[in-house]
Amino acid sequence: MTEPLLRVEDLRVTFLLRSEGDMPWTPPRKLHAVGGVNFELFAGETLGIVGESGCGKSTLARALVQMVPATGKAIWHGKTDLLSLSRREMLKYRADIQMVFQDPLASLNPRMTVGQIIAEPLRTHRPNLSRDDVKTKVKQMMDRVGLLPNQINRYPHEFSGGQCQRIGIARALIVEPKLLICDEPVSALDVSIQAQVINLLAELQRDLGLSMIFIAHDLSVVKHISDRVMVLYLGKTMEVATSHDLYSEPQHPYTQALLSAVPIPDPVSERDKVMIPLEGDLPSPLNPPSGCVFRTRCPRAEARCADVVPELTCAAHAVACHFPGPLVKAGKLVEPA
Amino acid sequence: MALLEIRDLGVSFDTPDGTVNAVNGVSLSLDKGKTLGIVGESGSGKSQLAFSIMGLLAKNGRARGSVMFDGREILNAPPAVINPIRANNIAMIFQDPMTSLNAYMRVSDQMAEVLVHHKGMSKSAAVAESVRMLDAVKIPDAKGRIRLYPHEFSGGMRQRVMIAMSLLCRPELLIADEPTTALDVTVQAQIMTLLADLQRDFHMATILITHDLGVVAGFCEEVLVLYGGQVMEQSPVDPLFQQPSHPYTRGLLRAIPRVDQEGEELDSIPGAPPNMTREQKGCPFAPRCDYAGDDCLEYLSPLTEFEPGRKRACNRKVEELA
Repeated sequence: MTEPLLRVEDLRVTFLLRSEGDMPWTPPRKLHAVGGVNFELFAGETLGIVGESGCGKSTLARALVQMVPATGKAIWHGKTDLLSLSRREMLKYRADIQMVFQDPLASLNPRMTVGQIIAEPLRTHRPNLSRDDVKTKVKQMMDRVGLLPNQINRYPHEFSGGQCQRIGIARALIVEPKLLICDEPVSALDVSIQAQVINLLAELQRDLGLSMIFIAHDLSVVKHISDRVMVLYLGKTMEVATSHDLYSEPQHPYTQALLSAVPIPDPVSERDKVMIPLEGDLPSPLNPPSGCVFRTRCPRAEARCADVVPELTCAAHAVACHFPGPLVKAGKLVEPA
Repeated sequence: MALLEIRDLGVSFDTPDGTVNAVNGVSLSLDKGKTLGIVGESGSGKSQLAFSIMGLLAKNGRARGSVMFDGREILNAPPAVINPIRANNIAMIFQDPMTSLNAYMRVSDQMAEVLVHHKGMSKSAAVAESVRMLDAVKIPDAKGRIRLYPHEFSGGMRQRVMIAMSLLCRPELLIADEPTTALDVTVQAQIMTLLADLQRDFHMATILITHDLGVVAGFCEEVLVLYGGQVMEQSPVDPLFQQPSHPYTRGLLRAIPRVDQEGEELDSIPGAPPNMTREQKGCPFAPRCDYAGDDCLEYLSPLTEFEPGRKRACNRKVEELA
């Protein structure tokens, strides 16, 4: 088996919180945003990460590029641990790992022209390029992502949301990264524009042989673009499988509930659908449930789930659950045994 | 007689950049106890349509046409006419529950206020009724939690409080403007199930405004598709999804990735939604439409019935759309 592009081992992100009334000597409370995530990402592969808000999916992405401090390992190309690098050493790898953010307009500097925005990574990472070379590259990249090269001197506010996201993608790709991390890249866009951006990302990924980590809360979008999908809940991995397996035969109760909650644009299937009800809200990450973090909302939870943390199985279709298996059989909810 | 009858409603805004025509000639009617979905992308005018019904347009907004509620004209009606209707007959819930609730008031106070003001109830009776309503929207421990402030609730619970508040006066019509857009899918599913139950139990007519065709498919009986401030298609929900009759609706349905299907490449709709500050002429969708001809840039055929119960506005015939 070839060495993965990125191997993440036991990645943890912990935030220390001080509340207002605390005395100076009270120890800060710990918020485990990401609690020990493992995965591998191979060259040319797209890994989708889904979960509800607050499950740690964005924090995970940010940790990989050292935007938030993390512990654990993120082995790049089987050699370097990205998380142990100093800021200066990390700089070498930043060109290889680029990000696309959620809010297209807010992630672009309003006082810079599109040309300056897209050229900025080149000025940092390829300082030897001449001005003309930079300009040619920028124009090529604009053309590549579907922007008109003659718009190079315009400002971000003159563009629509979809076009701004194209600018963000161009800025990320201009330094020819090996890994593109997309954090909710289409959730701020309208349906008709969303499809354009998804198609563009899929096409660029194919043509440039990029690896991608695609984070979104929209399960249908993730299904469409990902080779493999990881489901997060309160900072823990619940299930990882190929996109096809995860969506056709989800094993974890949480994945099944999540999938059943997605509205299907078809009144007939929507009526026949068996909903797996999920009561209540996400528990506070400051005070997560003992044992399996999902047990407070799980229709299948038993006493054991409160005591023992379920380990993620080591298989192609990995599940972290004591009682995996389908909750719906032949169109009916399976009664708990 | 229909509960709500809208005729040729137009909404425009005077802005420094010129007049923005947000809604252009929308007509619809809604019977008692029915559910209508209004679908459109951002800028299609779906929210302004709802605001104009309730008389909530911004200061620079003007509405023309006619909105009849239960036989009474309520468009641009003076406060003496519209206020009792807003209190007793029509209620509205909004996208962001945190900004629609008063952050400085306990939930008990802001809910009771509605009943004290509109129904003349005593404070204690109003609070008791509010607790019953919070029970109805399935807030656990309603009696204890009614004393809390809005920020002490989660997003889904806040939306439940909003819903409970809007139902206090037993409205005949509920307008829900993107009620679940800010919520996670699992919470969205809870809220939509709740809304469907309440809609049945209280027998209210409901207008659901959303950009999500999936939510519409699960909730509504009738659907109106808006684009560029105009109605493109109006249809009962089943045939709309099975045989969309308008190029825009077709494009939209093909552009959505689905969890229940294996994906190929998505058929995206090229281009971007129209700039509403410019003068509208012809079909707003024409620049993005595969079937558009020169005539589409000049005029748009009015909304006409092409099958019993289904209407569309398109210069091409249904058979011409391959």
